[in-house]
Order: sequence, then structure tokens, then C-alpha cells
Amino acid sequence: MPALLTVRNLTIRFGGITALNDVSFDVAEGHITGLIGPNGAGKTTCFNCITRLYQPTSGEVLFKGEDLLRCVPQQIAGKRIARTFQNVALFDHMSVLENALVGYHTRFPGGLAAWGAETAATREAMDVLDRLGLAGIANRPAHGLPFGLRKNVELARALMVRPELLLLDEPAAGLSHDEVSALGDTIKRIARDFSTTVLMVEHHMALVMRISDHIVVLASGKTLADGPPDAVRANPAVIEAYLGAV
Amino acid sequence: MPRPNAGLLTRVAIAVAVIALLPWVVPSFLVFDLIYVASYAIAILGLIILTGMNGQISLGHGAFMALGGYVVAVLAHSAGWPYWIGVPLAAIASGVAGLLIGLVALRLAGVYLALATFSLAVATPSFLKHYKSITGGFDGMSLQPVQAPAGVPLSGQQWLYYVAWAVAGVVFLLSALLVRGQFGRALRALRDNPIAAVSFGVNPYFYKTAAFGWSAVLAGIAGGFYAIPTAYVSPDTFTSALSITLLIGAVLGGISTFWGALVGGIVVEFLPLVAQQINAAAPSVVYGVALILVMMFLPDGIVGGLLRLTYRFRRAPPQPALESSTPSAAPVTVGPQSRE
Repeated sequence: MPALLTVRNLTIRFGGITALNDVSFDVAEGHITGLIGPNGAGKTTCFNCITRLYQPTSGEVLFKGEDLLRCVPQQIAGKRIARTFQNVALFDHMSVLENALVGYHTRFPGGLAAWGAETAATREAMDVLDRLGLAGIANRPAHGLPFGLRKNVELARALMVRPELLLLDEPAAGLSHDEVSALGDTIKRIARDFSTTVLMVEHHMALVMRISDHIVVLASGKTLADGPPDAVRANPAVIEAYLGAV
Repeated sequence: MPRPNAGLLTRVAIAVAVIALLPWVVPSFLVFDLIYVASYAIAILGLIILTGMNGQISLGHGAFMALGGYVVAVLAHSAGWPYWIGVPLAAIASGVAGLLIGLVALRLAGVYLALATFSLAVATPSFLKHYKSITGGFDGMSLQPVQAPAGVPLSGQQWLYYVAWAVAGVVFLLSALLVRGQFGRALRALRDNPIAAVSFGVNPYFYKTAAFGWSAVLAGIAGGFYAIPTAYVSPDTFTSALSITLLIGAVLGGISTFWGALVGGIVVEFLPLVAQQINAAAPSVVYGVALILVMMFLPDGIVGGLLRLTYRFRRAPPQPALESSTPSAAPVTVGPQSRE
């Protein structure tokens, strides 16, 4: 599989702290790639560099060969890259439907034609909400929703981008055992139905090992291992640094 | 584009009918006050878009009103241009100024933006007094009173009333069209969560500057209609207190809905008069107590309070209940459903 996303020698420093130190990995098109590592390994920092919320000190982030580091953050969604956030980041005073429609923002035609596209956008948003079990609460404000529903709304918003690359930041955080199992099926179904490549930061090892085609392990801002789940599971450095406790 | 519902159209029709009939049923001095209500409502509408929808706090919109008022006055006084040309030019001048201030405002937020804009309001009267060759300085400028066109059976005041409210209707409609759909969502997304908004392609520079520009356009128009009724402008017409009055109007009326602009306009025009009648010795105390009471019991403003009362009266929540929304088919679950 060709690489959809290529991270090369990515380094970012915050003052005297090096959060990412020469990190490199590929995300193959159509694959689910797990990005794992202990707390503070730099996983979310890596997401923030890819989506341009952070400016790396050096390195490259290539998406379909284009250097994303030449883009400003608001251009990333237009490249069909969408993300969720570790701490769910919804527009709390907007309805569930409106939250989803913000995901459509870059797909609206310019100028007055945007008004004409509203109906089609709303229809598509309702379809996505329906797939995620949210159609019945489309007109409810996002604030006050239970945590799990908020996560679903965030995922719906990301899917409205029609992403070629979907970045999921700890989607299993706070889930029960059964819910994690369902989540794994959901991510695989989304990857298939929306033809999207997934890069997922996650701490839940069983989930990552079950659904990932490829795993990248970070530790202390460096790439510790990179390979298929079985190889990563057997890697002594990974066992020592991270998986040994499992 | 979403279509307005029947309830909204009914409320708008009632409002239009009431506004159309008022000059025939209230004393003429109240017609004069109601022209100011239109002016306040237009300016407060701009603040609702800027502050309520986009989260940018401005304490300087009185300065944009002053610019609008003086553009109308200078063109009328010095060049003899009619008001119907002066008001659109006032809107353009204020809009340009708003865009420029909006660019500066991109680097500021919250109380820092509020203080920066307040400095505009504070500086404006001194600025107007300084350039006396253009503005008339401390003495201000006298204007021609408005006359109804020949053949129109209205007094000048009634004619101005209908023109002011017609303009208000147009800017309310244009603003509603502007903020329905993608543009309005982008403004509110930037207010609620700027990082998430930017991550989904919302350009903060464009939308925040545009919001500032449009709200300044509205303040410029409002400034024109603030100057015309008295046929006189001076630096004291547009003191820094005017900017605070506008924000008070937006908050009291309800900063999350356009109806708040209408109610806010009524409140800031008539509350001081009512306070004067209640206690002529200390009207500002009555005014302050009224503000505190409204904020205590109607934190969403008067319109927000009325909406909550309406929902309670109907014994139905504004949105479908969560339980009833659970789909019959097994939903895709991404997170726990039990944790708040």
C-alpha cells in the first residue's frame, strides 16, 4: 500500500523540552494505523503537528506528497483530513446537527452558492448522524449530552469532512469493556464505509492490537518501534517500555 | 438554506403590524422616542452578531455610531447632500473602519478587546472636538429637520419613523440571511471552540473581521438615525456612555437572539425615562437596581427569560427528550452513554 501520510524526522521543542525527537513513520492508504506509547510519549503532539495546531521545529509531514507544514491550520480540513480531540471539543451552544454541519464547512461552494448547498449538507449530516445513532437528538444542544454521545457527535463532525485521513485521539478513553469491543467494530466499519484511512492514538492495547494493520510506538518523543501488531507485540524494546505491564 | 418556520413568520408579522400602527396610537413625543429605539435596535443587532454570536466583546460601538452620525451630518451640513445618500455612505465609512479595527482585534480577545475598543469610545468625543473645521468642534452642527415628501400625508416625524423602521427591517432581514447557514455557524463555532473551528476549516481571520465589519456597518446606520431626529450633532451626542449603553441593551434584551436587539432598544430608550418617573432625585439608582434584578432573574436577557417561560408554560422542553431520541436500531456506540 502506498503511504497516504509520511512523517519524516519530525521534531518539536517547547522551550527546553523536546516533545518529539526525529520521529518518522508512514500511514498506508486504507489501513488503520495505531499510534501508541506511554503518557507523555508525544502522540497528541504528533496529531497537533499533522493538523498544524503546532509548528514543528523541523521535519516534514507529507500528505499525498504535499508538505502540510506549508499549510495554515484552517487549510487542513480542506485536504480531507479530520480529527477528534482527546478532550472532546464540541461547539457546546450549537445543536448536534449544527456541530455536524461545521464538518461540512470546507465542502460548501463559495459565495452565494453556499446557501443553495445548505439543504444537501443538512441531508448528508442527518445521514451521518443516523449512522451514529444521533438522528433523534439532532436538534439538541451539544452541551449537557452524556460523554459517550458527545464523542459520537465529534466523530460525526469529523466524518462530515468525508476524510481521506481520519485522526482519532483516544476514542476508547472512558469506555467499558463491552463498549471498547463495539468501538473496534465501529472504527473498522467507518474505515470501510467512508473509504478512509485511520490514524488512531490509543492506550487500550487490546483494541489497538485487534483492529490495527500497523502500529507505531512512541516513547519519550522518539519512535521506538514500527510494524505489524504481531511484530510490535514481540519487540523486546516495546515490551520493556510499554507492553510489559500488560 | 434553512427556511424560517411558521411561528417565526407569525412573530415577525405581529412585530411589523405593531410597528406600523404605533405612530397612530401613541403621542407624538413617543414617536420621537421610537425613532431612537430603531436606531438603538440596529446598533444592538450589530453587537449581538459580534459579541453574542462571535464572542468578540466591543465597548466601542458608540464610536462607529459617531462616525456614521457625523458622516450624515457633515455631508448634509457642508455639502447639502440628502440623508438618503448620507446614511448609506455612513454605513460604508463605518464598515471600512470596522474592518480595520477588526484586523487589530484579531490579536486581542476577552477583556483586552473590550478595553481596546472602549478606548475608541473614550477618544471619539475629543477627536470630534479637535477637528472643528470638519465637525464643528464643541458646538457641533445643526441639520435640516426631516420633511415628508410632497403628497405623503405624514408629518416629518412620522415619515422619519417609518423610514427608520423600514431600514431597521431591511438590516434585520439582511443580517438574518447572513447568519443563517454556513456564515453564522462559522461565527458561533469560533465563539464556542476556536481550535476545533479552525481544525474544521473555519478561517478565523475572515470571519472575525467580517463580523466586526458588518456590526460596524449597522452601527454606522444607527448613528445616522441617531443624529437625524434632533437635527443636531455634537461630540456630547456620542459619549463613551453610549457604547456601554449598547452593550447593556444587548445583554438585557438577550444577546443570543435577534429579538434581543428589538427588546434591548426599547429598554435602553425607555428604562431611563421610567427610572426618572419612579424617583426623580436618583434615577440612576433605579436604573442600576433594575439592571441588577434583570441579570439576577433573567440571565439570558428578557427575551431568553420569555422563551424559558414559554417552554415551561407549554410543559415541553425546547428540544426532544434524550430518551425519546434513542433509535430503535442498535446505534453505533463510540463512547459510554452513562457518564455526564
